[in-house]
Amino acid sequence: MEQFTINLLFVGASFALYIGIAIWARAGSTSEFYAAGRGVHPVTNGMATAADWMSAASFISMAGLIAFTGYDNSTYLMGWTGGYVLLALLLAPYLRKFGKFTVSEFIGDRFYSPTARMVAVICLIVASVTYVIGQMTGVGVAFGRFLEISNTAGLLIGAAVVFAYAVFGGMKGVTYTQVAQYVVLIMAYTIPAVFISLQLTGTPIPALGLFSETASTGAEGSVYLLTKLDQIVTDLGFASYTEAHKDNLNMVLFTLSLMIGTAGLPHVIMRFFTVPKVSDARWSAGWALVFIALLYLTAPAVGAMARLNITELMWPNGTSGEPVSVQTIETAPEYDWMLTWQKTGLLDWEDKNGDGLIQYYNDETDAMAETAAANGWEGNELTNFNRDILVLANPEIANLPGWVIGLVAAGGLAAALSTAAGLLLAISSAVSHDLLKGQLTPNMSEKAELLSARIAMAVAIAVATVLGLNPPGFAAQTVALAFGLAAASIFPALMMGIFSKRVNNVGAVCGMLSGLIFTLVYIFLHKGWLFIAETNSFPDTVDGSLFGIQSTAIGAIGALINFGVAYGVSLMTKDTPQEIKELVESVRIPAGAGGAVDH
Amino acid sequence: MAEETTNARAAKAGADYWKANVRIILVSLVIWAVVSFGFGILLRPMLSGIAVGGTDLGFWFAQQGSILVFLALIFFYAWRMNKLDREYGVEED
Repeated sequence: MEQFTINLLFVGASFALYIGIAIWARAGSTSEFYAAGRGVHPVTNGMATAADWMSAASFISMAGLIAFTGYDNSTYLMGWTGGYVLLALLLAPYLRKFGKFTVSEFIGDRFYSPTARMVAVICLIVASVTYVIGQMTGVGVAFGRFLEISNTAGLLIGAAVVFAYAVFGGMKGVTYTQVAQYVVLIMAYTIPAVFISLQLTGTPIPALGLFSETASTGAEGSVYLLTKLDQIVTDLGFASYTEAHKDNLNMVLFTLSLMIGTAGLPHVIMRFFTVPKVSDARWSAGWALVFIALLYLTAPAVGAMARLNITELMWPNGTSGEPVSVQTIETAPEYDWMLTWQKTGLLDWEDKNGDGLIQYYNDETDAMAETAAANGWEGNELTNFNRDILVLANPEIANLPGWVIGLVAAGGLAAALSTAAGLLLAISSAVSHDLLKGQLTPNMSEKAELLSARIAMAVAIAVATVLGLNPPGFAAQTVALAFGLAAASIFPALMMGIFSKRVNNVGAVCGMLSGLIFTLVYIFLHKGWLFIAETNSFPDTVDGSLFGIQSTAIGAIGALINFGVAYGVSLMTKDTPQEIKELVESVRIPAGAGGAVDH
Repeated sequence: MAEETTNARAAKAGADYWKANVRIILVSLVIWAVVSFGFGILLRPMLSGIAVGGTDLGFWFAQQGSILVFLALIFFYAWRMNKLDREYGVEED
């Protein structure tokens, strides 16, 4: 059977499953639509949270970023998991005890201010919409590649599927759909990794294989996988895989931004409203991280092993021998993947010196320039290797069977679609529940609220699709903005709302606005205003940046400003009223948590 | 009069419960920061003498160790807090 047919079968079967579940679990009442009637078990909820959380960025992109950078990009691994500790300890149980449906409802009630609620809604909508744009871009690329259709057609099909189950299913449909998506996603990620780990190290668990000795014994006996990798990449002039090359300040701030952003993203926090009890909210965060860790512990192994495989394919006779020839790439079956991906424009090579061989090396160092001159090389000939294709191409690179490739296609789409659906739900509840029912038309009926939630979803997905066709930047940049915004605006307000009785309405509003605006302006100064190229005032590098901090890491500083301003302003203005102090006290104690209170 | 004393006692128990909770959170967050920002990034040179599978302990903490510690922290906190809820009689029905 052709690979195209296999991909189609896997993707088609997984979609039929998701849509089937969404129809089976159609939401009836408002309460079910938002929070699944709070009937979701912590383990189920953890699995759905994991699917919700792991997007195209985790599944498709992250291992590729680690593969080509090594240790420095460990920040993604720590940042995107460490946030769950903050969620579990600082937010989840208290927000569940509070017992309302949305994040902005908590902010509005705790800071007894419709303005605070409005500011929170704006932060949530902006962060979520930018995040969805990134996902839709990913959906388009993945669909385009595996169905062998154009990016535009792939994006439109993806948008229709997300619309179908998010709009008609609501949270309950999404919860069970996401459990199914998690299963598809994790199998798609780990099965090829197990195969590759067995090939390279003889260890079936990739996370352990990363630190094992290689299976094939060379002349000097068996060596550790990482030692071998360090050796061959440095031979070719690349930075060593395991050493640090980035400054500590940026690594720490970037990790912190991702952690705080995780604990400030509405679609993740909302998950903790859907468990039956406060104690379940505590367990839920743990279960979510268990399911996330299965992928995150595998990802560094996928990255290192793929880097080794790719480098060895380019230098089949060792780094001091003869590199692969153009003819071999074009004819040998183990190089077929290069021809397939070349068609997408994300992978390319060029025989610059016309010797019929492809020399892959780092042509930007002085030491390699000497080697190149001595050997008649005229620059790196593997001219383009997009980081984002690594995970999707990985099973092909390792020459795995066709069904594994089809499974990875389905997994990548599950990751992107599940996150898009969760974010759409967060946006729709912000618009219908907080903006319309909470502020503009308080007397609207439950039916009208449900309808407006669905309209908000349709509008959000239309906007995301249009912007996804002409994305404001790379998906990673868009995602970075979403994280920075959530970190700088939402998380500090939620945390202070629980841990301080003193922070008042004025303080919270000033804090959120200053954190949000500072972060937004700093990002725009480095990435261009509204991401329009060439409108940036500073280059987006560590050395050229305004404070020596990269724009992706600035969310952590924005959060600190938010904390500082909110507390300072609160001390200078009127103390919180007695009933708010009582509200904070009641949120801190699990006893008395009932069902959700709708108002 | 009797009712007021009961209320005061309940308020004090609530305050003690919260203080105990904050103490557990602080200890957990110190561990959280030490394994990630500490062992994984800032203190990595200190751990460079300890070899782990072709690299050093700091690399392992940055790519896997910190995640495992995060997991342990969350489950420890959930278990400890559910116990604390019962000690102070503030658990849900």
